[in-house]
Amino acid sequence: MPPTSNTGERSIFNRYQLRRRMSVVLREISPNIRSIRPPRYTALSVRAAQIREELRQVRFIYSSLDFLHHLIKTNRSSTCVFVQGVKKPYTELIDVTWGDPQGAGLKPLTFARQVLAACLYPKLLNNERLPADVRQRAEGLLHECHGGSVGSYTDLPGIPQVARQISEFISRRDGGVPSDPDHILISPGSQWALQVHEKYTAMYKFKQLYCGGGGVRSGVLTPQPSYSLSVMSVVGLGGVPVPYQLWEEQGWEVQVEELNRALEAAEGECDPVALYVINPGNPSGHVQRRKSIQDVIKFASEKRLFLLADEVYQDCIYKENIEFLSYKRVLAEMGPPFCDTVELASFHSASKGLLGEYVCGFRGGYVELVNMDPAVMKHVFTIFSKDNAPTPGQIALSVMASPPQPGDPSYPLYRTEKQQMQTLIKDNVRKVHEVLNSLPGVSSHPVEGGAFAFPRIDLPPKAIQKAKDLGMEPDIFYCLRLLEDAGLFFTPGCEYGQKDGTYHVRYAKKRFHFMNDFS
Amino acid sequence: MAARTTQEAQAVIDLASGDPHRAGIVPLSFVRQVLAVCVFPDLLRDDSIPLDARQRAQRFLDICPQGSVGVYSSTTGMPYVVQRIAEFISKRDGGIAADPNQIFFYSGTQENLKMVLNLLSSGSGEMQTGVLTPLPYPHTLPRLLQYTRLKLVPCSLKQSQGWAVNTEELHRTVTEAREHCNPRALFICNPGIPTGHVQDRKSMESVIRFAAAERLILLVQEVYQDCVHGPGIEFLSYKKVLLEMSQEYSEHVELISFNSLSNGSLGECGLRGGYMELVNTDTAVAERVKVLMGFRSPPVLPQPALEVMINPPTPGEPSYPTYKQEMSLIQTTLSHNAQRGYEVLNSLKDVSCQPAMGGIFLYPRLELPAQLIEEAKTLGLPPDVLLCQMFLDKAGVCVGAGSENGSEHDTYCYIRVSFAASSDTFQDALSRLCSFHHHLHETYS
Repeated sequence: MPPTSNTGERSIFNRYQLRRRMSVVLREISPNIRSIRPPRYTALSVRAAQIREELRQVRFIYSSLDFLHHLIKTNRSSTCVFVQGVKKPYTELIDVTWGDPQGAGLKPLTFARQVLAACLYPKLLNNERLPADVRQRAEGLLHECHGGSVGSYTDLPGIPQVARQISEFISRRDGGVPSDPDHILISPGSQWALQVHEKYTAMYKFKQLYCGGGGVRSGVLTPQPSYSLSVMSVVGLGGVPVPYQLWEEQGWEVQVEELNRALEAAEGECDPVALYVINPGNPSGHVQRRKSIQDVIKFASEKRLFLLADEVYQDCIYKENIEFLSYKRVLAEMGPPFCDTVELASFHSASKGLLGEYVCGFRGGYVELVNMDPAVMKHVFTIFSKDNAPTPGQIALSVMASPPQPGDPSYPLYRTEKQQMQTLIKDNVRKVHEVLNSLPGVSSHPVEGGAFAFPRIDLPPKAIQKAKDLGMEPDIFYCLRLLEDAGLFFTPGCEYGQKDGTYHVRYAKKRFHFMNDFS
Repeated sequence: MAARTTQEAQAVIDLASGDPHRAGIVPLSFVRQVLAVCVFPDLLRDDSIPLDARQRAQRFLDICPQGSVGVYSSTTGMPYVVQRIAEFISKRDGGIAADPNQIFFYSGTQENLKMVLNLLSSGSGEMQTGVLTPLPYPHTLPRLLQYTRLKLVPCSLKQSQGWAVNTEELHRTVTEAREHCNPRALFICNPGIPTGHVQDRKSMESVIRFAAAERLILLVQEVYQDCVHGPGIEFLSYKKVLLEMSQEYSEHVELISFNSLSNGSLGECGLRGGYMELVNTDTAVAERVKVLMGFRSPPVLPQPALEVMINPPTPGEPSYPTYKQEMSLIQTTLSHNAQRGYEVLNSLKDVSCQPAMGGIFLYPRLELPAQLIEEAKTLGLPPDVLLCQMFLDKAGVCVGAGSENGSEHDTYCYIRVSFAASSDTFQDALSRLCSFHHHLHETYS
């Protein structure tokens, strides 16, 4: 600031300075953050939110008049409401964009909620209305919480008992392949864990291959189509996503030739350090077979890539005679040299399971590290120790990893609820497949697993043109019309990366009475 | 500190991390009742839970999609909760308006702060963004700055001045810092962590003027605003002070303030919930924050807890008497512990301590015996870390080494002691501290 003897001048100058730097924070924002682009379908979500809010208000008004309420409940499809003066043939917005089963009408598992409630309010431990095993479980968990309260910071990186339960769960799932609780880190949701790993593998490899090549960015091979947020987080961390196409004609399989092609294409652009796979696929719904997993592992081994395996939908398998095989299990069963050398991080969460809790709002996930360099592991632990996983999320994980067993008081109810959910979803999967493939211009692969269907829609050229005239992607246009006319909120495929010229939509399959509303 | 098994850890009194429940403070019943009902709605019919807790939970469940807290919520915080936060802030600041669109809820201050720091972070070497902060600073800060690739630029406070913020020192620090980095923010805690100093209006105004002159964005951690101990001491929010200054400041100085569930009275550190308020920032910043937050949904459960924190039971409601009683107990305990701790620490030889005006930490200074310093050097440890380890091993009390808060000196050190503990636990800890101190001086004299 230039010195001046005249205070009046100085204050004017100050004001000028201050005004000029109004946007200083944003203009000089980290280039990584700047390049994260918001999802393209923001306009869609905004509109959906508007419609949802208006419908909620309408319902509220009607519900105060008994007979109209009754009318709406029993005769939904024939009741019309007005939204912003436009007649809408629906009274409720069906949002099938997120993989959020409770959001789409499924009830939470009673056992999980009871345990959580008792942990939150320990006086319930004396409440006879809660089954004995619930109270025992809660008591056990609280015993491991400091001060007996879920309000304490937990030990880092997670309540020890929960880590143990998770390792036992993993081992059971993998047919006995041992799992070390010390290599399990609990996180607030799998996305967070994934980001940490992306960041650290990048940094680690960079150090390893450093020969004065500063400024070379790390690359992560990512599937297309895939979950957009994961890809964006790579960008946010300063990495380069290197897309590899999944093969739609073969049900969205992973192809090693394509992995090779992607790797070669990346030469010069960045330094690929990791390979990100989603199994079961999101949004593809493909479940990898053993051979496919082995091929991917061999590829990763050959090219010295760190494997990031996103396995959050492992509990959601629908096709008969298919079994979920974890990357860890396949790796272990491949024997040396692979089982000792390939570095792998596999992710799971409490938010997605069919067997577990539909507790997306609780934020609980974990990652298991295999063959990781101890120096990198140390760094990763430090980062995990910095960000506590919320205690309720850890409790949700505990219930997921260790559900009620035959003989426990809560088992019958748990079993019924679980079966109901499984049947419902399997039904939905089947119906969805039938209905979709019966519509003209729509084709969909049978969904083997995961929570979504990703049908391909051949839009008539006129529709495509109309969309282009409006300046939007054709699939966004389709989804917008679907939203306005039918009250269905789907996600357009452009968010997930699709081959040029093809259009897809993604939706979650877990909606009750879905079929009534869809047609 | 090396990790310990849970059993051992539970026999230890932990006064290092500022975790009240860990040290014996009992959670507020009303909060937990509301949460339990939210989680397990069957409890809505349970008479053992007070009616107003059940009603509060019902109200919350009504606004949750599908009536369940298990559902992904709005990524920046449920609108209902954010609205309540805005009202709370406005009331606290004597009516100054708070805009819900500038308020964001996330899983704790660390996360919120990280998001903001990520926005700021850029450059490397001489152009690396720097964050100015008074020293001693919260022990979690260095790792956070390292993770977001920012340079920590400390500005030393003086115990002899009661840990007051000194703007001349700030000026000197920032000028020097410009030689080797690009300072763009000033991170400050009020009440101070771990110093416990509560700033008065004059001090805050001079900090604001400093930030304006040096073109720094103010990041203010105000989590212990509910914990003020001394008579005649009042907490003023930075926002209020800023907006009551002249236009050249009130309309231009950029400020982001943080608050969370990990405060003194609720102490729900494990639930992970907190909010931040943006003031005078460019609208694009709020937009960008929304995009970043769009990546991960915040947990739903802390939101009703936060709502209760800012909107507690009022007189006339069934839970009010219990709530009041429990709150009073916590606040009296904290004040009492603060006073007792201050007296006891100052009574020890070679120990001097400032009173804690606010917050939950005491930050006494200990003269180090020369022999201990030597021993630490041989072991390759900072002397205060060795001291804390010895204290832990010998007496089973865990306190924080001041070097984690940035205090590094030759012949003396600082330790950070949280007094957010039950009276008995704290009393026990104090007596163990006294005997350990005695033992220390006998061994090393």
